[in-house]
Amino acid sequence: MVLIVLAQTGAAPADLVAARSQMAFSLGWHIVVACLGVGMPAITMLAEWRGMRTRDPLYTRLAHTWARAMGVLFAVGAVSGTILSFEMGLLWPGLMGRFGDVIGLPFAAEGIAFFIEAIFLGIYLYGWDRLSPRVHLLSGVPVVVAGVASAFFVVTANAWMNQPTGFTLAPDGRAVHVHPWSAMFNPATPAQTVHMILAAFMVAGFLMASVYAVGMLRGRRDRYHRVGFLLPFAVAAAITPVQLVVGDWAARVVADRQPVKLAAMEGLYETGTSVPLHLGGLYLDDRLRYAVPIPYALSLLAHLNPHAEVQGLAAVPPDERPPVNMVHLAFQVMVGCGFFLLALGAWAAVTWRRRRDLPSTRWFLRAGAVSGVLAVVALECGWITTEVGRQPWIVYWILRTADAVNPAPGIGLGFFAVLVVYTVLTVASVYVLRRLAGRDPDEPETGIPVPAAPQEGSPLRADA
Amino acid sequence: MTAVTAFLALLGVGLVAYALLAGADFGAGLWDLLAGGDVSGAPARARIEHSIGPVWEANHVWLIFVITLFWTGFPPAFAAFASTLYIPLTLVAFGIIARGSAFAFRKASTELWQQRLFGAAFALSSVVTPFFLGAIAGALASGRVPPGIAKGDVVHSWWNPTGVLAGLLALVTTSYLAAVYLTRDAERDGEREVAEQFRRRGLISGVVAGVLALVGPFVLFADAPHFAERLTGNGFPELVASAVFGIASLVLLWRRRYVAVRVTAALAVASIILGWGLAQYPYLLPGLTAQQAAADPAVLRAALAALSVGAVLLIPSLAWLFVLFQRGVHPPVPATRGGAPPGSLTGGGRPPG
Repeated sequence: MVLIVLAQTGAAPADLVAARSQMAFSLGWHIVVACLGVGMPAITMLAEWRGMRTRDPLYTRLAHTWARAMGVLFAVGAVSGTILSFEMGLLWPGLMGRFGDVIGLPFAAEGIAFFIEAIFLGIYLYGWDRLSPRVHLLSGVPVVVAGVASAFFVVTANAWMNQPTGFTLAPDGRAVHVHPWSAMFNPATPAQTVHMILAAFMVAGFLMASVYAVGMLRGRRDRYHRVGFLLPFAVAAAITPVQLVVGDWAARVVADRQPVKLAAMEGLYETGTSVPLHLGGLYLDDRLRYAVPIPYALSLLAHLNPHAEVQGLAAVPPDERPPVNMVHLAFQVMVGCGFFLLALGAWAAVTWRRRRDLPSTRWFLRAGAVSGVLAVVALECGWITTEVGRQPWIVYWILRTADAVNPAPGIGLGFFAVLVVYTVLTVASVYVLRRLAGRDPDEPETGIPVPAAPQEGSPLRADA
Repeated sequence: MTAVTAFLALLGVGLVAYALLAGADFGAGLWDLLAGGDVSGAPARARIEHSIGPVWEANHVWLIFVITLFWTGFPPAFAAFASTLYIPLTLVAFGIIARGSAFAFRKASTELWQQRLFGAAFALSSVVTPFFLGAIAGALASGRVPPGIAKGDVVHSWWNPTGVLAGLLALVTTSYLAAVYLTRDAERDGEREVAEQFRRRGLISGVVAGVLALVGPFVLFADAPHFAERLTGNGFPELVASAVFGIASLVLLWRRRYVAVRVTAALAVASIILGWGLAQYPYLLPGLTAQQAAADPAVLRAALAALSVGAVLLIPSLAWLFVLFQRGVHPPVPATRGGAPPGSLTGGGRPPG
């Protein structure tokens, strides 16, 4: 092995900001679609299975509608995920050149999982009239398993950036004596992967439910809309309390392993004991102002001991601290959304136990309609917390983000190009999905396969 | 065989699979663009949609497979490659986004103006993407991507005679493959006119590919003499094989041997890629061999083990996918679930509502 000097010439600070924004933007976009890709197939199969069991065509119709949306979303997710694998190299060659092999195993495994997902999704989406109902339903199982596995593998690579293990650093900066399995199963992996996978099901469930909540608010109170709301909502609401427990676990791993990130999440400057938890507030001049303190709560939550010591930001030099306000705010918003969704699920559960029905007030539907948005907000905020909270490091304590960025001229322009492309992509996706959701499957017209290309004899076909 | 060679071979397999499968999906986009008006082009567009719909996503995964294996196996080479070639890589990524999403959006659209809009985006990006992929290959082949981060010229590394030649060659060969595959698909489903249409297109693009292949060596000797020498040295058997398979394909297509021509056309394209690989071997980048750039052996072994396990799952799954959708449109199970009548070209992807 030849020694390759990977010394950095350094990129302009503006280029670093642009590269980080490009990565944040394209990853923040993909993460929503990816969550739908992980969560939606399972919920769709649940409807298909109920349809087979109860012989109620309503469930089958829901499954068909969701499968159509899945087809669009999976395509968009597959391509927006591809650009990320490119960006790993073209934005962060300093990371990939030195550590590409250390995190290679999870990506190789993810490649296989994604392959299986794509194959069986093709079969599932296009096989309705080519397979028996039973085989068709079963063809969805690999989609779900591979989707969850994909999420797991990708998140292990991110967990490694938080807890880099499984290698020795050579004097020339390259990673040697790599143990790919221990890199993959690093200390951050268990909590982070479980947290992410549960989040995917919550995002998918609440988002799907919110579509039907909006429909019901507009007066479409038929059984189709009720079941369309109830099924995904029940899945997501059942997962929410588990997610709060897992989130607490994830936060304690951060407290033990990345105390600087925890200090930023909590806006804590001085290391102290018996530390209170602060709600809200703004971090100015190394102090959290205007926050509501809850005595002992942070020591208790972080270390299960009301008098435990919690490290503050002052423990590291200023150039090793993340931007506090962004991390603190993102973390609080995520937790806030989580509790709102928990309360919403509890409300529905209580009325369901009492009278086998959802709460009849419009306020419940309004809350249901925003639940999807809030789940996405929580998702994005959680991701901001972990990514921005790790700064200025791209690999915790080992490689600075500024040293990993591509120093090539003009790299900063990529951000604006990505902004334009994704704006168009977003507008088109939302438009097409709204059309799919708006099409009432009760009408026989929409039951007819829509011609992909204009058919001969009806060139002006336009069924608006 | 060492782990490094095994890894290189695997990268080669992934690259060939991507070119033969996803390449043809891109080529189909060119034919979609050239299919003609809304009415006259409808049968060909329906054929394209029907053929690539179920498989393009799985075909696309080969690219992700190649990219991740590249950085896993040869991290410093990947960092040099991605940092210097960030412009064409970004354009390829945008092309992939536009192609995949527009294709899915067109399927989900009902109105003519939407289908036209998304169709145009799908077709144009299908043309642009293979060109830039080819240009990237040209940049690597002509030795214009030096080791180190962003050490090469970000524009002239790929925008040069070799890059343009490789880009055009990629564009023409993918459309040729698409025409060959689509001819057989159309014939199998009894669409004689469409089959004839694609046969003509296959013959034309095959001849254009042949002309490019004849001009190519002159361009290479003028622009990248070192690579040209190695290509005609190390890679010579593959060049001959490619020429033989290419000519055989034209003859078979002329004589309407649609199944056989699939094999020879694929072999012709695979030979070109293999020839490129052999011409470069053992160098990945100028002055950087595969052995020097290789990852820690433990990583190579772990990844190979994971991929072997993966292959056991993948191969039967892929086989099922292709068999299921190559079996013709008549469903093996009576279409009791309603929806598309047998023979409907556009019903495959529409779950009945």
